[in-house]
Amino acid sequence: MTPLIEFKDIYKIYQMGDSAVHAIDGISMQVYSGEFLAIVGPSGSGKSTCMNIIGCLDVPTKGSYFLDGKDVSHMNDNELAEIRNKKLGFIFQQYNLIPKLTVQQNVELPLLYAGLSEKEQAARAMESLERVGLADKAKNLPSQLSGGQQQRVSIARALAGNPSIILADEPTGALDSKTGKDVLDFLKKLHQEGNTIVLITHDNTIAAQAERVIRVADGKVVYDGIADIRKFAPIAHAGDTEVEQ
Amino acid sequence: MSLKKSFVLALSNILYDKMRSILTMLGIIIGVAAVIILVSLMNGMAKMMTDSFAEMGLTTITISTTNRGGSRTIDEEEIYAFRDEHPDLISGVSPTTTISGTVKYQTNSVTTSATGVSEEYATMKSLELQDGRFLQYQEIADYKKVCVIGSYIENELFGFGSALGESIKINGNSYRVVGVLKETEESKSGSADDVIYIPYTTAVRVSRSGTISSYTLTAPNQEIVTTATDALEAMLLEKLGDSDYFRVTNLLSLLDVATEMLDMMQILLVCIAGISLLVGGIGIMNIMLVSVTERTREIGIRKSLGAKGRDIMSQFVIEAGTVSGVGGIFGILLGSVLAIVLGNLLGLTATPSIGAVLLSFSVSVGIGVLFGYLPAKNAAKLNPIEALRHD
Ligand SMILES: Nc1ncnc2c1ncn2[C@@H]1O[C@H](COP(=O)(O)OP(=O)(O)OP(=O)(O)O)[C@@H](O)[C@H]1O
Ligand SMILES: [Mg+2]
Repeated sequence: MTPLIEFKDIYKIYQMGDSAVHAIDGISMQVYSGEFLAIVGPSGSGKSTCMNIIGCLDVPTKGSYFLDGKDVSHMNDNELAEIRNKKLGFIFQQYNLIPKLTVQQNVELPLLYAGLSEKEQAARAMESLERVGLADKAKNLPSQLSGGQQQRVSIARALAGNPSIILADEPTGALDSKTGKDVLDFLKKLHQEGNTIVLITHDNTIAAQAERVIRVADGKVVYDGIADIRKFAPIAHAGDTEVEQ
Repeated sequence: MSLKKSFVLALSNILYDKMRSILTMLGIIIGVAAVIILVSLMNGMAKMMTDSFAEMGLTTITISTTNRGGSRTIDEEEIYAFRDEHPDLISGVSPTTTISGTVKYQTNSVTTSATGVSEEYATMKSLELQDGRFLQYQEIADYKKVCVIGSYIENELFGFGSALGESIKINGNSYRVVGVLKETEESKSGSADDVIYIPYTTAVRVSRSGTISSYTLTAPNQEIVTTATDALEAMLLEKLGDSDYFRVTNLLSLLDVATEMLDMMQILLVCIAGISLLVGGIGIMNIMLVSVTERTREIGIRKSLGAKGRDIMSQFVIEAGTVSGVGGIFGILLGSVLAIVLGNLLGLTATPSIGAVLLSFSVSVGIGVLFGYLPAKNAAKLNPIEALRHD
């Protein structure tokens, strides 16, 4: 069985004048279809860089990235856009909804770029909104919704294109603990339905909700295993407060 | 993405921030309105000019002679003979001799001029009579003191009474009124209603010079006017020996000169309007550049969802085209209304032509697309990660 995500010795190096910043410093990993993976680590450890590469928003400096068996590490902008559209669904910390568009229009966007007919766009967007329980808000503008609702809209948008991977970067970062828990529960439900989820967080307790945890520090993988907080949290960065729990 | 959908999205974008959209469109609105107004007014003016030339008779040719020092002269018999030889060139001939002076009826008087003409003159100039008849051949042959007057003269001398059959005095000589012309220009002084026609023979006899100095002729149609003018010039040159002694003119060549001038003015005005459209276009580019910067995050989001560079590009180009197209429609409406209002004030029929409307609409859309291109290209080039980080 081919892994859905396969990193082979990936490096991302930023040249800052004379010094080189190794945002990712040789990561290799494999993620299979149906997994619920959390990537955790302190600030500046390279989580977002990692997610950008997984999400085909960026290409590695060195190494190969196979997505669903296809080498995407040397693709051009248009090919990457196509991959993002077909294979990936993003959930961002700041929801990233377009304020001028209605909830439905926002959810239709990935379908629009996939070239679906307008009828199909509308039908699939509504179906997706139904799944997050916001079909009645379809005609509202994002600004008329609460933060939790907006995040659910962004989840609906991520689901609309029926992607192979759902990538969530700090999806609960802007929410209070109650709504944050709802969102997490929803991600778990999606996982149970068979979706592959990659969750990026700096919060150990949130990472512990996943099935598998990869802990990164200074651009390197320092833990890769089951999501048992006692196993991955003790080697946590000194600044992390969750260790005591 | 379908054109219709991008167009709808662009429209909702315009509606989202109405104030800014209107400000963006202002340059285009003014530019297009200016084009519509100028072209409509110019067309109205051109139409008024051709109409009044046509009224005066575009087939009319005028000969005027000056006899100073010349031993050789030309008389009306020779002009009539020319017509008889060239019926294809000249259809009507009337010597014209103007005498100015005071016209009286009882105690009423008016200062005007009387024109001595032949019996053909009414047909040549398409004069229509309200009462009586025009001058007749026999009256001309017999040096009769009869006249046909315009409605202005009748009103001035007779008030509401009828002039037909009455005698009026022109410079002291009595003339019987045999006909009154139909009113053509509201009976104003100096207009086509301020006229008196008498037999040219009589006019020559009472005038001081005693000779005929000018002739009015008509060609059978407009196409032949230039040929007829040339033929007349050749004939007169042969008879009089020097081109200084005569002049042959026609309204058609005057109209050509006037039209040429009007065309030049139109080009000038369209250039000015073009400059204002250009300024409008730069305004659109300016706002689109700002808009791309402001919407960097939106571009990042769209790219993360699979938008390609060309999708972003076409979105912004369509948006710019839509903004200026909508501005163009407003400009057309504003310009049309103003053109009609101004036309009424100036006494012109200034209705905007379909051509001007279509042209200015497509020019405004074109300007939007053209000036939206650069900002759109910038937007398409944005790196998605940096764009997403932007706030
Ligand atoms: N465009 C860039 N140019 C230079 N250095 C960069 C760039 N992007 C990231 N880095 C560096 O790479 C390292 C990893 O950054 P990254 O954003 O991946 O961290 P992170 O784990 O997401 O942190 P946080 O939890 O604060 O979001 C940091 O040291 C950062 O300064
Ligand atoms: Mg980050």
